[in-house]
Amino acid sequence: MRVKLDGDKVRNDRIKKVEEISCQSVYRCYQCGKCSAACPATPEMDMLPNQVIRYLQLGMDEKVFAANTPWICASCLQCMSVCPKGVDLARIMEAIRMLQLRKGKNEIEIRKFPKEYLEKAPQIAFISGYRKFLSLS
Amino acid sequence: MNYQYFPGCTLYTKGKSLDEAGKRAGEKLGFTLEEMPYWTCCGATFPLAEDYDMALASPTRVLARGRKAGEKLVTLCAVCHNVLKRTNHVMKTNPERRAKVTDFIEEPYGGDLDVIHYLEVLRDEVGFENLAAKVEKPLAGLKVAPFYGCLLLRPKAEMAMDDPDNPSIFEDLLRALGAEPVDYPMKAECCGAFQVVHSDAMATRCSREIIDSARARGAEMLVTACPLCQFNIEERQGEMAKGEQGFKGLPVLYFTQLLALALGEPAEAMDVSRNHTDPRPALQARGL
Repeated sequence: MRVKLDGDKVRNDRIKKVEEISCQSVYRCYQCGKCSAACPATPEMDMLPNQVIRYLQLGMDEKVFAANTPWICASCLQCMSVCPKGVDLARIMEAIRMLQLRKGKNEIEIRKFPKEYLEKAPQIAFISGYRKFLSLS
Repeated sequence: MNYQYFPGCTLYTKGKSLDEAGKRAGEKLGFTLEEMPYWTCCGATFPLAEDYDMALASPTRVLARGRKAGEKLVTLCAVCHNVLKRTNHVMKTNPERRAKVTDFIEEPYGGDLDVIHYLEVLRDEVGFENLAAKVEKPLAGLKVAPFYGCLLLRPKAEMAMDDPDNPSIFEDLLRALGAEPVDYPMKAECCGAFQVVHSDAMATRCSREIIDSARARGAEMLVTACPLCQFNIEERQGEMAKGEQGFKGLPVLYFTQLLALALGEPAEAMDVSRNHTDPRPALQARGL
């Protein structure tokens, strides 16, 4: 794939905000790919976890914000456990979600859950799901 | 011996068997789980955004009240345990965030409550050898796959309970009960967690891989400490069976259920009404 770099976009305000909320520098990552190898959710993702960081390094945050990857991350912390550079990628995913949720985007619709599902599923599934996917949580 | 205990929301409702069997087993081992006063929800997920102090208010209030009543707090639910222990770590190590949160909840707290998991009570306070001596009905070589999932072990530095790459606390417990722990590659993988409310395809596939991995090593059932793992790996079996003729499920029990059984509680007392795959045939085959 052809990648066109734009000097004005590298380290732009939105990427700085991601770094601020996550308390992680995207430039620590040297693209070894261990996070993507360890991630159990990649089959459902349209962008690999290491690519999320790479695009942020290159100032191509719009690609990352359009990807489903941050929404598929289950915060299981496999990525941060294996990272040789100590990057907590789960926090970066959370920051990308947060920046969208704080603008009022809802990722799930509570009313869509069938009644029998509500009766079966444990509270923690809903509470943590709401915290991750709803704007007012 | 009495332990101050935080049950959390799910153990009151959908995860009752984790709680009830844990309490009964405790009585058999000589300790009582005493519910802490005025607890609230822990928030069910540790906030990974560094600027989201509000989400720490509720778990910090739990910790502050727990500290007023004692020095230790025992948890059973892996989710609550993770949230409370990680929040405690922030309170201990980050004075700026601690000041903000404790000002907001108007309760002082210094991060000095010892949050321990029931498994740690068994390992460090009862001792697996003592526990083995109290087993009335050894689990007769039952092949059990311990499922750790993500929350008990990670992040390693904060949870500090066992080695995330090579954990052993569940295996040691199962051996003490007379069962045969099954070693399999997926034991600390993710079951899909809260993604079940967002991408059920992901939760189904992850749970399926865990079941297949355990079964390939000869497991007759899985045990877990997490009501979310229990739900995902059990409930998704319905979905798996739909797509495949002759799909054979794997029962998922809470570790406290096997513990209570080994300590002499009748198998009938084990509530399996929420299990998609009934564990009783596997138990009966071993004379349990």
